[in-house]
Amino acid sequence: MAGGLDLAEGFAGRGDDVYEALIRGHEGLTDEESAAMNARLVLILANQVRDPEAVIAAIRLARETARAG
Amino acid sequence: MGSYAAPRYEYVIPPELRGSPGARRPVVVVGAGPVGLAAAIDLAIHGIPCLVLDDNDTVSVGSRAICWAKRTLEIFDRLGVGDRMVAKGVTWQRGRVHRGDEEIYSFDLLPEGGHKMPAFINLQQYYVEEYLVERARDFPDLLELRWRNEVTGVSARGDGVVLEVATPDGSYRIEADWVLAADGANSALRRMLGLPFEGQAFEERFLIADVRMRAPFPNERLFWFRPSFHPGQSALLHRQPDDVFRIDFQLGPEADPVLERQPQRVIPRVRAVVGESTPFELEWCSVYAFRCARLERFVHGRVVFVGDSAHVVSPFGARGGNGGIQDVDNLCWKLARVVQGRAPESLVATYDGERRHGADENILNSSRTTSFMTPKTKVEHLFRDAVLDLAPRAAFARALVNAGRLSRPCTLAGHVLQTPDAAPWDGPAPGTVCPDAPILDEAGRPGWLLNRLGGDFALLVFAEDAAELAAMAARASCLGPPLVAIAPRSLQAPEGIVVLADPDGLARVRYAAEPGTTYLIRPDQHVAARFKSFDPGGIALALERAGGGVRPVRAAA
Repeated sequence: MAGGLDLAEGFAGRGDDVYEALIRGHEGLTDEESAAMNARLVLILANQVRDPEAVIAAIRLARETARAG
Repeated sequence: MGSYAAPRYEYVIPPELRGSPGARRPVVVVGAGPVGLAAAIDLAIHGIPCLVLDDNDTVSVGSRAICWAKRTLEIFDRLGVGDRMVAKGVTWQRGRVHRGDEEIYSFDLLPEGGHKMPAFINLQQYYVEEYLVERARDFPDLLELRWRNEVTGVSARGDGVVLEVATPDGSYRIEADWVLAADGANSALRRMLGLPFEGQAFEERFLIADVRMRAPFPNERLFWFRPSFHPGQSALLHRQPDDVFRIDFQLGPEADPVLERQPQRVIPRVRAVVGESTPFELEWCSVYAFRCARLERFVHGRVVFVGDSAHVVSPFGARGGNGGIQDVDNLCWKLARVVQGRAPESLVATYDGERRHGADENILNSSRTTSFMTPKTKVEHLFRDAVLDLAPRAAFARALVNAGRLSRPCTLAGHVLQTPDAAPWDGPAPGTVCPDAPILDEAGRPGWLLNRLGGDFALLVFAEDAAELAAMAARASCLGPPLVAIAPRSLQAPEGIVVLADPDGLARVRYAAEPGTTYLIRPDQHVAARFKSFDPGGIALALERAGGGVRPVRAAA
C-alpha cells in the first residue's frame, strides 16, 4: 500500500490480456480521439475504485512518476 | 565461425540408386534440424523404424535457437541427451529488465529447488543438432539418416505418401505410411502441398550479433528498453557456451538489412555495449524481420507438420525451438501407437488439436511481446512508456512490462484425451505437465521422478505402507500400465512394482497427494487423469480415453 493505493498486481495473472485490450481499444483513433478516450477511461475507472482518497493518491503517483524530458 | 568446427556428415548413395528397390517405410522424417532429429529419436525409442532425409550435410549455420526451456530439457532427457546439453549449456533462470541503464525489475523463472532441469540453458543450435545426430547413431537398426537427400516432390495418398528425393547421384522415389514435415519455416513440403501459411508479419528489423569475448556479464537474460548504448531502441543479451554472447539489437522498420549486417556497421554497435577495453570477435550476424503464422491444420492425411513448418513465432520468449520439441513430445507416442496398430488413426488427430492450442498460445505471447517492444502508434508509445514509468514504483506495472514471456508448456486441459477432475483440487490438473521431484530409487540412490515417468502410460500412486500398496497393485494388475509408487520411505515392493521414496515429501506436496491418490500419466509426461483415492473403474475409463478410445493391451511379457 502507498498512500491508500494498492499497487500489487491485481489482474489475476491476466495483465497481458488487459494491456492488449487497452491497445486494441484505441485502434483506428486519431491522437486527439485517443486522448479523449483515455480521459473518459480514467473517469470510469476512478469511479469504479469507490474510494476518493485512493483516486487522489493515484493522481499524485501518476504525477510524480512523470519522466523529465 | 571461430569457436565451433561444424561436422560434415557423409553422404552415401542411397540403396534405391544402387539397384535395390526401397521398401515402403513406416515413417519418413523430412528435415534433420532439432525437431526432425528429436522426432526420429523418439520414434526409435518407441521401436518405430524411421528414415530421416535432409538436404544438407551439416548442422545449423549460426547459433540460431539458443534458449532451451525446462520442459524441452525434460524431453531431451527422456530422449537421452538432456544431461549432455545441460553440461555444455549455460544455465540461467533470472531475467533483468532495464530502462535506459537502470534496472527496473528482475524475474526468477524457477524460484524453487527440487527439479532436475534448470529453468533454461543457452546452447547454440549447432550443438543441439550435433548431440542429437550422435544420439541417433545409438539406433543403427531403426534410424537411418540420409544427408544431401532433398525432397523435391510429394504426392499424398489416402494410406500413405510418395516422396521424390534428389541426391548428387540422381533422384529416387520412396513410399511411406507417414511423413513428418520437419523442414522448417520455409517448408518445401508445405509449399508443394499448396498449404496457406497465414499470420501477422512485423515490419521491425532486428540484428543478431554473436560475439566471442571474455566479458563479465552474468548468466542471466539482460534486456534494455532504450539503453544509452543503443539509443531509442531495445537490446537483449544472452551468454552462450565457448565465451560467445548473443546480442539482439532492435533496428526499427526502416533499417537496410544488407547494410546492417556489414561488420563495419555491427562492430560499433557491439563496441557500445561491451566498452572500449574488451576485445571481441564477431562470430555470426543476421538481420531479420519475423512473422507469427501457423497452418490451419497440422495433420494433412498422412503428412504431419511439426515445428517451424507448422508454426512460426517472433523470437522473443524462446517459443520457436521449444514449441517444436514439444510438438515432437506430443506426436511421437501417438504415431508409434498408430503405426503399431495399438490405436486408431484418430489418435494422431489429437496431436493437431493439442499442438494447435500450444502454437496459438506461443503466437499470442510472442506477438504481445513484439507489440510492447515496438509500439507503432502514439497511444501505444504512451501506454508502453506509462508502464515503464510506473514500474519502479508499482508492482502491478512491473507485471505489465513485456520484454518476453518465456516459453512454458501449455495445458492440454479440455482436450479429448484428458479426463477432467470430478471436483477441483490442488496439484497438476489433467492436461498439465508432471512436476518433477527428487526421489530415492529402489536401491536408495537419489534420482528424479520425471526420469521414472514417460515413454509409456504409467500409474503414479501414492502409498503409506506396503500392505496398502500391495492391495492397490493387486487391483491395478488388470489395467495395463505399470505402477510407479511413491512412499514416504522405501517399502517392500510387491513383484513388478517400482517404489520410489519421497523422504522430503516434495512429490506428495507437488501432487497434492493423499494415500491412494493416483495419477494416470501419458507417455509425454502429462497428466491424463487423476483420482484422489484409488479408483480402478475410473482409471480404466480414463485409460481408454487417453489411449484414443481403445483399451490398451498389455504387451506380451
